[in-house]
Amino acid sequence: MSHDSPSPLETLSPLDDAGVEHAVEAAIAAFGAAGSLDALKAARTEHLGEHSPLALANRGIGALAPADKGTAGRLLGAARGSVNAALADRQAALEAERDARVLVEERVDVSLPVDRRPRGARHPLETLQERVADIFTSMGWEIAEGPEVEAEWFNFDALNFGVDHPARQMQDTFYVEGDAGLVLRTHTSPVQARTLLERDLPVYIACPGKVFRTDALDATHTPVFHQVEGLAVDKGLTMAHLKGTLDHFAQAIFGPEARTRLRPSFFPFTEPSAEMDLWFPQKKGGPGWIEWGGCGMVNPNVLRACGVDPEVYSGFAFGMGIERTLMLRHAIADMHDMVEGDVRFSLQFGTEI
Amino acid sequence: MPRVPLPWLAEHVELPAGLTAEKLAADLVRVGLEEEAIHPAAVTGPLVVGEVVERTPEPQKNGKTINWCRVDVGPEHNEPGGAPRGIVCGAHNFDVGDRVVVALPGAVLPGPFAIASRKTYGHVSDGMICSARELGLGEDHDGIIVLSTLGIDAPIGTDARELLGLGDEVLEINVTPDRGYCFSMRGVAREYSHSTGARFTDPALPVPTEPAPGGGFRVELDDTAPIHGTPGCDRFVAQVIRGVRADDPSPAWMQRRLQQAGMRPISLAVDVTNYVMLDLGQPLHAYDLTALAEPIVVRRAAPGERITTLDDVDRALDPEDLLITDSPDGARGSRPIGIAGVMGGASTEVGPATTDLLVEAAHFDPVTIARAARRHRLPSEASKRFERGVDPQLPRVAVARVVALLAEHGGGVAEPAITDVDLTGPAPAFELDLDLPGRLVGVPYTHDEVRDTLTTIGCELSDAGPGRVLVRPPSWRPDLTVGVDLVEEVARLRGYDAIPSVLPAAPAGRGLTEDQRTRRSVARALADAGLVEVLTYPFVGVDQLDALGVPDDDPRRRAVRLANPLAEQQPYLRTNLLVTLIDAARRNVARGNADLAVFEVGLVARPAADAPAAPRLPGGVRPSDADLEALDAAVPAQPRRVAGVLAGLREPAGWWGPGRRVDHTDAIEAALLVARTVGVDLVVTNDDHAPWHPGRCARLATADGTLVGHAGELHPNVVAAHDLPPRTAAFELDLDELLAAAPEGPVEATPVSSFPVAKEDVALVVPADVPAAEVLAAVRAGAAASEAGDVVEDVRLFDVYTGDQVGAGNRSLAFSLRLRAADRTLTAAETAAVRAAVVAEAGRRFGATLRA
Repeated sequence: MSHDSPSPLETLSPLDDAGVEHAVEAAIAAFGAAGSLDALKAARTEHLGEHSPLALANRGIGALAPADKGTAGRLLGAARGSVNAALADRQAALEAERDARVLVEERVDVSLPVDRRPRGARHPLETLQERVADIFTSMGWEIAEGPEVEAEWFNFDALNFGVDHPARQMQDTFYVEGDAGLVLRTHTSPVQARTLLERDLPVYIACPGKVFRTDALDATHTPVFHQVEGLAVDKGLTMAHLKGTLDHFAQAIFGPEARTRLRPSFFPFTEPSAEMDLWFPQKKGGPGWIEWGGCGMVNPNVLRACGVDPEVYSGFAFGMGIERTLMLRHAIADMHDMVEGDVRFSLQFGTEI
Repeated sequence: MPRVPLPWLAEHVELPAGLTAEKLAADLVRVGLEEEAIHPAAVTGPLVVGEVVERTPEPQKNGKTINWCRVDVGPEHNEPGGAPRGIVCGAHNFDVGDRVVVALPGAVLPGPFAIASRKTYGHVSDGMICSARELGLGEDHDGIIVLSTLGIDAPIGTDARELLGLGDEVLEINVTPDRGYCFSMRGVAREYSHSTGARFTDPALPVPTEPAPGGGFRVELDDTAPIHGTPGCDRFVAQVIRGVRADDPSPAWMQRRLQQAGMRPISLAVDVTNYVMLDLGQPLHAYDLTALAEPIVVRRAAPGERITTLDDVDRALDPEDLLITDSPDGARGSRPIGIAGVMGGASTEVGPATTDLLVEAAHFDPVTIARAARRHRLPSEASKRFERGVDPQLPRVAVARVVALLAEHGGGVAEPAITDVDLTGPAPAFELDLDLPGRLVGVPYTHDEVRDTLTTIGCELSDAGPGRVLVRPPSWRPDLTVGVDLVEEVARLRGYDAIPSVLPAAPAGRGLTEDQRTRRSVARALADAGLVEVLTYPFVGVDQLDALGVPDDDPRRRAVRLANPLAEQQPYLRTNLLVTLIDAARRNVARGNADLAVFEVGLVARPAADAPAAPRLPGGVRPSDADLEALDAAVPAQPRRVAGVLAGLREPAGWWGPGRRVDHTDAIEAALLVARTVGVDLVVTNDDHAPWHPGRCARLATADGTLVGHAGELHPNVVAAHDLPPRTAAFELDLDELLAAAPEGPVEATPVSSFPVAKEDVALVVPADVPAAEVLAAVRAGAAASEAGDVVEDVRLFDVYTGDQVGAGNRSLAFSLRLRAADRTLTAAETAAVRAAVVAEAGRRFGATLRA
């Protein structure tokens, strides 16, 4: 207590203006001097509690002459009001201080690692196939699928690969044992035939999927890989539409500057046929052309095998390797990482590509 | 694939001066001949003809004698002042006055071996006199090349790289199966002409008409079993030449060209036939005439017949094989002397003593040859050409060339009579709509452009009505049979780069199917739950199923088997995903990725026990519906599965405390996550199913009881066999079954009640062997059937207790119920009624009592 005040019990009369004022000042000073909420609580008891001068003075009003009661009441009411207000102010200030202090004390090192749950990831070959699918569905195309163990007819004959044609021998095919007439599909092209047999025309489909060739695993070959096949059969389709689709696809995957060029080639299921080269600025080793896939106008024999009249409809088809696309797009030099199932490879890509 | 030395090509087409292999490759790729490789010049730098003017033998301490020579290499290369160069040479097969090949400092020989001036044997040797082997011209290293012995007479100082063909770049091209004629310099030259407009100077035409055929060695074509109705042989030309030094080496230039083309020189007779084949594309064969008995009969093999081929292999013949036979002892066609178009026989092989030859050039059916080459695993230079189609008009030209070359270099005399059995006719003509190229390619070619292009490639055209022509393709283009074939010719000769880029407008689509979308969600959900997607090869061996503990009679052992697997010990396709995924897990753990959670989505093959074979159906025609059904029936079921393996810590240790090890619940949780993503509630019950721990394996089924998979801890033996951490867990689900069970149509939303929630906890004592899932189901059912109506919002099992308080053989399961009504605040009486109903139902089902 900084004030040297006389004992209130004895001195303060409800009509003692100066005494009351003094008590108010003493209380306000005491509240102001309280450095903590506990000290404030003690000061409150002292200055506003049951035995405080102001409380006692207030209680003394009853004993006054009726004429003085009003005066005393007003005097003490005002006094208590000021003291209460001062208390509330100080209370709020100390609480705010306390709250701020707690927050400071609760500070932690937020740079501590927070990886309390394991991270997962998709395989980039899968997410790339999904991205490819999204590009084509955004153009109105649909996504078709087919079996991996496939009838030879769908894998070869329907696609105009004659039994004795050299092209059939060049496919490095896995055959199912015995005379089952089954192969592991060497390309996603049998889905073309299945689609044309099943769906109404016109058809615009993309078929991503797994394919198989009897190549041993090395830096650039794998016996199990993925392709995406595109097929459009409609009235009036031309190679120009093929080129336009390929350019759009290339740009969607490799950026707006990417472009394609066609070179004459041969595939049994297309005529005319073309190899397709891709140009894109981020190519490893500098911008340039690199082979990306094969394509052409659907051979009339394929259309006929699928019950489509080549006099009325024409179509184009194209296919490219997903592994190759991933390698080109993400500068992957070796096939091994893509096929060995090491989680560290997938984890680099997260869940989108 | 064919190799094209530029000077050789220049004999068939005019090449611009200074043409490089790189530029040639660029020109050829435009018309569809892709570059495979460019083989650089064998020798670079100065390599010249020199004349030995001094040769001083100098014996050395090591016993060798070297020759210190002065060699005149011409004013340009001699020493300043014109003195001949001093060169040390270890060979002795030459003398003063011989012309030799000198590599001067700066030259690089094959190896690569760089030539520099160097001090040796007390002299400065200023170059090297070369042997054939040092120049990559052969194996001859007995001495240096003396040019006169090669029949070469060249002035001193001549560039020997050009002289010996050592400076030629060689382009190797990739020929597609439709362009058999490009397996020849002549064919490539034709394409170069098409690409660049350079003049095609074909020396093979015209076909010689003199002498007229007749009176030659008797040949009979007697194919009684043609394949697809096409006779195995429709042209056989032969001519006799006598007195040839058949076993002499062929001329140096021919040897060099054969080497450049990737073939080994052997002898004059062999080299000439190979050379003409490489030049014109016509495979040829030379027989030792004295070993032949007239007549030659071309026929199919008889059952049980055999032949010993040129490679000294005794081969059993197939009745489909086409044979060249002769007629010893008058027995017509009794002795096979060659598998037509594939390989000759040993009995009539040209040998060291052979002087009289019969030269054959024939035309064989591509299918017959392709099958024979495949059957006997003999993909020869001849079969490679015949199966792609050889020009049937070539045999006369080719035989004439061979005979002329043999006479010129081997001194023989050709007999005037020529055998020419010719059943060929002109290629069939067909009509072309002149608008078709523009319609398919999207470039408005004029009719004249189309006509000109087709004429350029050798087609004969005649009018066939307005806008149409009748096209007869040239004899060397058996691949041109229908209109679209000609469309490609027009497009490629007019240039693919002329084709504009036009994006077609597809009709509005429906996006991904529900299944496709859901499958993505499943993979994404697993990845978000901390699993990493991997892909594995589907090839498995029996030992892998053994390692999983799959029982002998398990349907997972009925697998598709490959006829030609990459690894003999893995001939099967996987019947489940875990069998291959577990190996990926093992590899990861071995590489130090010990805290592991991987998953794979993929197809497995589950063949039926008695699956029929797929019918063999022709291409080009739509199969009947019955045939299509038969195809489908033959293709094995290939359900899409999702599987995962979890090992080590499921939650990592860190500054926050210890990690949590994987247990069976992690696998079950992942499986249920998959099901929930699809929208299916699964019923979980205990099961005993390999490769899982028999006491910790969950059977996962849909509400109607359809099995969709398993999850839990792997059997300890399986864990050990795969070097995985203890308690490794796994799951595998049939995604197709789950998708089939997914609710149809959109979710119908229930309004969210804003009335207060009431919570009730109920602890039930039940026999310990009652599965928690069944008690939980009883709690739900009891609560839903209470007097308060179905007011259960959620039920959770929050405690499991066994011990004295509940008695032996029992356990207490404590459930917390969240109750809420849609239309009112629940009263205490109502919540008590729910509680009572729960206890009553559990009591009715399992004798459960409320825990005291």
